[in-house]
Amino acid sequence: MLEYILRRTLQIIPLIVIISVISFGIIELPPGDFVTMRIIELEQTGTRVDEEEIARLTEQYGLDKTLVERYALWAWNIISRGHLGRSFQWEQPVTQVIGERIALTMSISLMTLVFIWIVAIPIGIYAATHQYSLGDYIFTFFGFIGISVPGFLLALVVMYLAFTQLGISVTGLFSPEYADAPWSFARLMDMLPRLWVPIVVIGLTGTASLIRVMRSMLLDELRKQYVVTARAKGVAERTLLFKYPVRIAINPLISTIGWLLPFIVSGEALVSIVLNLPTTGPVLLRALLFQDMYLAGSLVMILSILTVVGTLISDLLLAWVDPRIRYQGATK
Amino acid sequence: MSTVEAAGQSTQETAAAERYYLASQWQLVWWKFRKHKMALVAGIVLGVMYFIAAFCEFLSPYLPGTRFPEYLYAPPQRVRLLASGEAFGPHVYGLVRGRDPETFRRTFTVDTEQRFDVRFFVRAEEYRLWGLFKSNIHLFGSDEGPVMLFGADRLGRDVFTRILYGARISLSVGLVGIFFTFVFGMVLGGLSGYLGGVVDTIIQRLVDLLISIPTIPLWMALAAALPRDWPPVRIYFGIVIIFSMIGWTGLARVIRGKLLALREEDFVMAGRIAGAKQGAIIAKHLLPSFASYIIVSLTLAIPQTILGETALSFLGLGLQPPVVSWGVLLQDAQNVQAIAHYGWLLIPCLFVIVTVLMFNFLGDGLRDAADPYTR
Repeated sequence: MLEYILRRTLQIIPLIVIISVISFGIIELPPGDFVTMRIIELEQTGTRVDEEEIARLTEQYGLDKTLVERYALWAWNIISRGHLGRSFQWEQPVTQVIGERIALTMSISLMTLVFIWIVAIPIGIYAATHQYSLGDYIFTFFGFIGISVPGFLLALVVMYLAFTQLGISVTGLFSPEYADAPWSFARLMDMLPRLWVPIVVIGLTGTASLIRVMRSMLLDELRKQYVVTARAKGVAERTLLFKYPVRIAINPLISTIGWLLPFIVSGEALVSIVLNLPTTGPVLLRALLFQDMYLAGSLVMILSILTVVGTLISDLLLAWVDPRIRYQGATK
Repeated sequence: MSTVEAAGQSTQETAAAERYYLASQWQLVWWKFRKHKMALVAGIVLGVMYFIAAFCEFLSPYLPGTRFPEYLYAPPQRVRLLASGEAFGPHVYGLVRGRDPETFRRTFTVDTEQRFDVRFFVRAEEYRLWGLFKSNIHLFGSDEGPVMLFGADRLGRDVFTRILYGARISLSVGLVGIFFTFVFGMVLGGLSGYLGGVVDTIIQRLVDLLISIPTIPLWMALAAALPRDWPPVRIYFGIVIIFSMIGWTGLARVIRGKLLALREEDFVMAGRIAGAKQGAIIAKHLLPSFASYIIVSLTLAIPQTILGETALSFLGLGLQPPVVSWGVLLQDAQNVQAIAHYGWLLIPCLFVIVTVLMFNFLGDGLRDAADPYTR
């Protein structure tokens, strides 16, 4: 097991390197460099820019060096000091701008993942055991719609319905009095009921596809000989169902985290913009619109890395639950 | 059962079986697809939508930029056929602007005194169909006043007209997108499956990477990097290429998997022994045998591109007004106020959802039909 953990962990290092290269590419993409932008911006607000400041910034961001050297400098700053660069839009280091928002994005994504599982597995089991029943057709129909309706459009529709039918606004995560307050138990309690809408909206598509996977896996399993044998021997239906077929059908489901988690984080970025949540989505959008590239590039990088790490953790959990995966890897 | 009947039945069965065994692969695919009623319906609906997109100039009553200053944020008008004591025929009533004394919001009341008769094949504003044929005939419209089936936006433009024009961009994005996805997926998947070795490993790692990271933030960042002063056509292709650069993985996987499985097949070996060239084996024997899988994979990739364009344009990172796409139209519905009071601005949402749903149904039917030999 230890060897497996080590091997899988080492495998993601090249991934992280490539992600960092892509993110650095994003930072470098727009025409004009950071310092020039900064000077233009300062001059627009009427501040005089002295030569020393320019020299200092040029030095700090290595703008007089080649692209490869700049990348090395940027990466080294991150590894050695956790320094991601500066957001000129917020006048703060990037780490300060995005710290809490990253945490919120990741918590919402994880909660969505849990939500998807809790909803999809029982429905999948029901649909498989009641194949071609009315309930099965209803879930299949909703499943199709769920797969086709992307989160951000659903968010728009939910906002419209909530406002016109119930007269409430479902945007934001906190009531006004807690919006800028420091974290406290009361603030957490204020957030919890508001979390429902984003979680359901982000999770719908994932839930729909997971129901389909669970249903077809379980159906395959239920047709197998051992189930028939067990039933012939008089094992109670419920015991029979949960003892083997469900457990086997859930296994491939765990491996879907590999694409489900990136999918959720992606969806969260869009939905949070529509619902105006205090997470990374709106910050990323504004950073891109204002070409605040250090902020944008860092966000893309951190979201990607956290997603890859999350997938790794789920893989390790899976290996811990299912020894076949460990051995399969070892014999390759 | 008499022997004659039984004999007749068995000949019928033989005839059916013979038909089955003599049918070409594509015939079998079609027979199997035909059984999938939802997919058939979806195919027809999509055909109609693409037809609308192709002839939007003729089908819409106005031009996308036509403004009716008296009708800013006017709600959808209802088409009526009969009215008491009036002539029979489709017509709408004019709307009169007012102000809510409490909220100061603009309100509209239906004025039954103003009757605008809806007529077909009316001559109105001039347009060029596909930029080529000059005409001024619109499918329907009224000489007496505006007819806005889906209401008006903040500048008093007809939402119905704009949705039809938007369909042309939004629906074509999907088709242009799969062209590039096809090229990327074919080349990279083909190389990966055919060459194997180091190339295969590198391409597979790349696929793993693109699958394991959240793609929408990446799309957003790349789309934002397209220069703002580019002409709309170039932005359009830029966005489509960005999608394809990230979205080719699904197709590449299918192609690689099929190549790996098929190159061990007996008929490939037979071809090789008979002295066929590599290129001929690939083009003549391998490609046709998994072409149906490619079609399925591409059909399922179309809605992803359509959704991507909608999302980016909605956020203001994709196409920009005055270009009209469904995503651009939804920009008007970005804030709570607009959604709450002018709900008809969300109608483009409905079109996006129906399109994606239909493509998914179609893809599902095609997936079942792709392998016609499993009965």
